[in-house]
Amino acid sequence: MAKRESLPDKINIDMTPMIDCVFQLITFFMLTLKTVFVEGDFDIRMPLGPSGGAPSETPPVIVRVKMSADPNGELAGISMNGSPVGGFDQLRQKIVGIVGLNSGPGGAENTEVELDCDYGLKYVNVVNAITAVSGVPQGDGAVVELVKKIKFTAPKKRK
Amino acid sequence: MARRESDGPTKTDIDMTPMIDMTFQLITFFMFTLNFSNAVQDDRVQLPTSQLAKPADAAAEDPITLQVWPDKDGQTKVIYNGEAIRVPDIGGYLEQEKRILVDAGRKPAEATLIVRGDGRVMTGEVQDLIKICQEKGFERFVLRAQYDERK
Repeated sequence: MAKRESLPDKINIDMTPMIDCVFQLITFFMLTLKTVFVEGDFDIRMPLGPSGGAPSETPPVIVRVKMSADPNGELAGISMNGSPVGGFDQLRQKIVGIVGLNSGPGGAENTEVELDCDYGLKYVNVVNAITAVSGVPQGDGAVVELVKKIKFTAPKKRK
Repeated sequence: MARRESDGPTKTDIDMTPMIDMTFQLITFFMFTLNFSNAVQDDRVQLPTSQLAKPADAAAEDPITLQVWPDKDGQTKVIYNGEAIRVPDIGGYLEQEKRILVDAGRKPAEATLIVRGDGRVMTGEVQDLIKICQEKGFERFVLRAQYDERK
């Protein structure tokens, strides 16, 4: 049997390649790091011909919100059921006046908001309008929900 | 002048263990925070903010993300799988998605179309996009916004 050679007391492993590799990995991950903002969704009902759902016992209360745009696409005016509204805060107040803060039958559940927007209106205004009609944010981060059923009118022609 | 005790050791052994520990912890951190979702979250799209846009509790079913964005020339493009496409041309790509869903035994109506619209695009173009999707049989839509954490 071959005799073993005596081993040294301490084996020195060369760490340099591993450290090189690890630092390259860190550099890669640091450069590809991307800050991701929290995003949320709004469910929207889109008219696709006649509604396929079963007809409900009580027809929904439809609130028509019309938003017009100036030539630059900025919001020129809002009206709710034909009457002018001063801004999104006032729109929210009017919606609260219709559905109340206590959701229940005859309130928010049975109310639909139909958004009628000019073609050139900047999309940010649509999100602002949806925010105004769908809830009231409270100071503690909670939200009192208002209208959940939101839809658009059929798209208009480009001017 | 004080005299040196000795010439010192010929080789200094630095203990690398804490540095390697820390480095591996950094790697782990970066690996976990790595975001592969470039295809569904394009930096170019400036989402409108909303205090009510809180993230959904459950993931959307069969999500298809369409990002609407105004390019440098002011033309509205749809970013789909990292590719910028004109709004009227998106139909062909949606047809592919529809075929994939049908092959998997699903219906297009069961898929969720996530619309990540830039706040600067025209509403009419977003509506045109939605109309094209509807014509392909998609029915579920969600409009995505950035959560505004202001109290």
